[in-house]
Amino acid sequence: MQALEFVAPTTVDEAISALAAGGGRARPLSGGTDLIAQLQEGRLALDTVVDLKRIPDLMAISISGDGLTLGASASCHSINANQAIRDAYPALIDSTHLIGGTQIQGRASLGGNLCNSSPAADSIPNLIAHSVTCNIAGPNGSRSVAVEDFCTGPGRNVLESGEFLVSLDFPAPPPNFGAAYLRFIPRNEMDIAVVGAGASVVLSDDKSTIQSARVALGAVAPTPLYVEEAGAALAGQPVSEESLARAAELARAAARPISDMRGTIPQRKHLSAVLTQRALRIAIDRARGTKTVDELGRLNGHG
Amino acid sequence: MAGTKQNGTGKLAANGQNGYKVIGTRPVRPDGVDKVTGRAVYAADVQMTGLLHGFVLRSPHAHANIRSIDTSKAEALPGVRAVVTAADLPVAEDKIEDLGEGAINLKYLSDNILAHEKALYHGHAVAAVAAVNPHIAQEAAELIEVDYEPLPPVMTVDDALADDAPILLDTLRTDSMGEIGTEKSNLASFFRHQRGDLDAGFADAHLVVDRTYRTETVHQGYIEPHAATALYSADGQIIIWTSTQGSFAVRGQVCEILQIPVSRLKVVPTEIGGGFGGKINVYVEPVAVLLSRKAGHEPVKVVMSRADVLAATGPTSGSNVRVKIGVDANGKISAALAELYYEAGAYPGSPVGAAANVSLAPYAIDNLQVDGYDIVVNRPRSAAYRAPGGTNVAFAVESVVDELAEKLGMDPAEFRVLNGAKENDRRPDGLQYARIGQIETVEAIRDSEHYQSSLEGKYRGRGIASGYWNNWGGQSSATAVLNPDGTVNLNEASTDIGGTRASIAMQLAEAMDIEYEQVKARVVDTDTVSYNDVTGGSRTTFATGLAAYNLGQQLVKEMKDRLADQWDVGAGDVSYEDGVFSAGGESLPFVEAAGLVQREEPLMASSTVHPQDFGPGFSTQCVDVEVDPETGKITILRYTIAQDVGKAIHPSYVEGQMQGGVAQGIGWAINEEYIYDDEGHLLNASLLDYRMPTALDLPMIETILVEVPHPAHPYGVRGVGEVNIVPPAGAIANAVYNATGVRMDKLPISPANLLEAMWAREAEPAELVPGDD
Repeated sequence: MQALEFVAPTTVDEAISALAAGGGRARPLSGGTDLIAQLQEGRLALDTVVDLKRIPDLMAISISGDGLTLGASASCHSINANQAIRDAYPALIDSTHLIGGTQIQGRASLGGNLCNSSPAADSIPNLIAHSVTCNIAGPNGSRSVAVEDFCTGPGRNVLESGEFLVSLDFPAPPPNFGAAYLRFIPRNEMDIAVVGAGASVVLSDDKSTIQSARVALGAVAPTPLYVEEAGAALAGQPVSEESLARAAELARAAARPISDMRGTIPQRKHLSAVLTQRALRIAIDRARGTKTVDELGRLNGHG
Repeated sequence: MAGTKQNGTGKLAANGQNGYKVIGTRPVRPDGVDKVTGRAVYAADVQMTGLLHGFVLRSPHAHANIRSIDTSKAEALPGVRAVVTAADLPVAEDKIEDLGEGAINLKYLSDNILAHEKALYHGHAVAAVAAVNPHIAQEAAELIEVDYEPLPPVMTVDDALADDAPILLDTLRTDSMGEIGTEKSNLASFFRHQRGDLDAGFADAHLVVDRTYRTETVHQGYIEPHAATALYSADGQIIIWTSTQGSFAVRGQVCEILQIPVSRLKVVPTEIGGGFGGKINVYVEPVAVLLSRKAGHEPVKVVMSRADVLAATGPTSGSNVRVKIGVDANGKISAALAELYYEAGAYPGSPVGAAANVSLAPYAIDNLQVDGYDIVVNRPRSAAYRAPGGTNVAFAVESVVDELAEKLGMDPAEFRVLNGAKENDRRPDGLQYARIGQIETVEAIRDSEHYQSSLEGKYRGRGIASGYWNNWGGQSSATAVLNPDGTVNLNEASTDIGGTRASIAMQLAEAMDIEYEQVKARVVDTDTVSYNDVTGGSRTTFATGLAAYNLGQQLVKEMKDRLADQWDVGAGDVSYEDGVFSAGGESLPFVEAAGLVQREEPLMASSTVHPQDFGPGFSTQCVDVEVDPETGKITILRYTIAQDVGKAIHPSYVEGQMQGGVAQGIGWAINEEYIYDDEGHLLNASLLDYRMPTALDLPMIETILVEVPHPAHPYGVRGVGEVNIVPPAGAIANAVYNATGVRMDKLPISPANLLEAMWAREAEPAELVPGDD
């Protein structure tokens, strides 16, 4: 790894200028848990890194009745430590608590996880389940995209040259909302998801019917996969194992994984269904106010 | 039974028993404070003025001819001080060097240090650079132009033995029981152990089980990467600082590879962050010496990355193993056949020989045959790994034994008691056992609270397995200096991996009837004591401990003799009891005597030993698992290990060895494997994707120390470091069967592999499926 320029702007506009000045050989830096490893391993060569962590907008956490706005560089630890987020979006912690160990969580950010755009990213299916919107800044002004449209391929996304992610908007959770993220790993820690599944539901007031649902999968396609048809199939259905099994089958059908050293095609197709069903069960339990932390802990590796 | 048992984890009395004062206690280790505070110097911590940094360029191909290497661009890069290739190595002869844990041909060793005409695995070293910093060294290495002619890779036993298989080593001819073949081959050697009448034994059998198993390449997984610093001085004297299991083994290999006399090389061992057999062979040490010489006699440090470690050091063999065992109607084994095909990696020397001895060692068998095949493939050259070769074959044998016991309707522990090897029985190669504790370890498991407890719940299962390891004696040298204040400096050369400074010092203290704290043990360099074999073969507490015992005896005797002179009594009249010398009304405590006897002349002792009569170790283990039927993931619920430890000198370190071996065995059984693509590229050279168990993957591992004292050691010591890794894969496979009805015929029993096996079983006709519980 060779020496490179380090720039630390304090405003969004300064960051835009710094990235423009660096041309194609400049990249934004948040926690650096992916970027620095890629530089060290020679998978990426840069002249300049632009550290975004001194820009207040990138680090801000703002939560109100209208929803949550999360600065793209805010650390997982700052999310885990925020009781208002834990109360309103408990499922978000499923991801922020399992990305790395405590020290890594002090640096790693959800914005970084999203912009690294790994198909196996542990936060993205969860963000899709939460209907998150991405706010982007760049030399041609600001724009917003739905998180399920953000990634375009392995390590690739909609960010144009000079653009970077500023924040993530979470809508306020509707009444009777619940969500969950589960991943499968062969060990109980220190692994990349073989398959990940994020799910959310909104139940009827008597909590017997699923009004709407969202399902997203990780590590089964070139990008995190929003399985819109699985959510659609659940809308209006009674809360039942049969309903969940149908959604799980749609998830299995939607998955188009590859075989690699972390998993095989049959295993990943199968796990897409298993994890979808399990994540939906937890999301429903949360919407109903029943706790399922034991299973979550066991499956996500924090038993 | 004759042995005594200790239930592990703190249940021993503070004082040792059997009349011992020091042995059996759990004192603090001498290296503890430095390790806890980070002060301990490991190989990569070595610093000195003018230090240059090395980087090794490695082959991107699994199998390729090297047409040419052009280093001119690298040499021209500012900051580069030296570039070396195989052309800088002396021409190596076909000469065998015995490293204790395995003999090796020095031509192959030299070729493995820097590839000569051929690169034989992905990651094979081909050139190296020394520069003023590691970044320049790496950049320069990338400027070296190597012209490769890629060849088809040969990755497995089946690839290597195919009729039209590409040949790895042009000069290799099969050694078949001493007869050398005439054709080129990837089969390096074949041997057979045979006794009794195999055909008659199988003909008499009431029941025969005949199965074939596959295991994958696995790595020792020591946490400290290989690193070495070398200084080739202008006067020709050389010093190497390195992390190794044997400083003399490094000296021997480097001197042979570089064709220099041993008197010119001093090897200084640093602290070591794990070895498990993988830090016996040299890798970067000769490269650092060559770079130091070429860089104008400046010191050069070469530190491997984790990827280098996984790609180019270690691993132990993948294997195909066939096991066929017949039993009579009473469950007695009537005949057993084992065929062992082991992948040696790029050069001959898999542990198949040791594996053959492990294979059927726990059982008394009159009619047997064991065939071993050592096969070269385009993977890193295999190195010793804790009970080398044992886990592979024990997985196979213990799976067959479990199936036999089930079909006989016998408890698997009772089957092992009925057929258990004991004194005067023989190992597969014919070696006759002295007093051994195999049956005692089975009984300890059978009678344990764990085995006697019920295991409730669907998809939960229990399995047991036994294992054997030969252990080793080897050569040890040590000196002891008596200080006038009554302390003793113990200088020994056995790398301390598992607490041996403490366990050796304890034996010296016991022999001298002094406190453990009075002994200052340290591991010294190769110029300070005489030859000392590697810390390997579970020999160190046994053999170097024997040397320490001798030192204690010598010092006490010399003190008695000198006191006899002082007191003017006969040499035999001085007695020494409870730390006090006395004769003819005079008496003197040890500490005062230490000063008195050295007023005229200092006192030191030296001891060299080469014990031939080392005792083997046996272990039986019990595991409970739970399988998630939807994901194939195994959770280890409970694990108990019973091991014949001879006599536990420091019980905490014995327990640590047992738990450590089982932890590694669990990894081997469940997730660890080298994963290659079709072109022979290693895909998972990182600890992210080479999945060793983490703390969250392991339960507390319970230990039962079965003490059957070894008759040929003054304190009954047997090696304890290795046998514990032999049974886990078999025990876990048997537990998985008990939980799921699926008998796994390959390792690892990873979620993907187990899921597929469960799917395959579901697809079988119902009448062929064995019972669920």
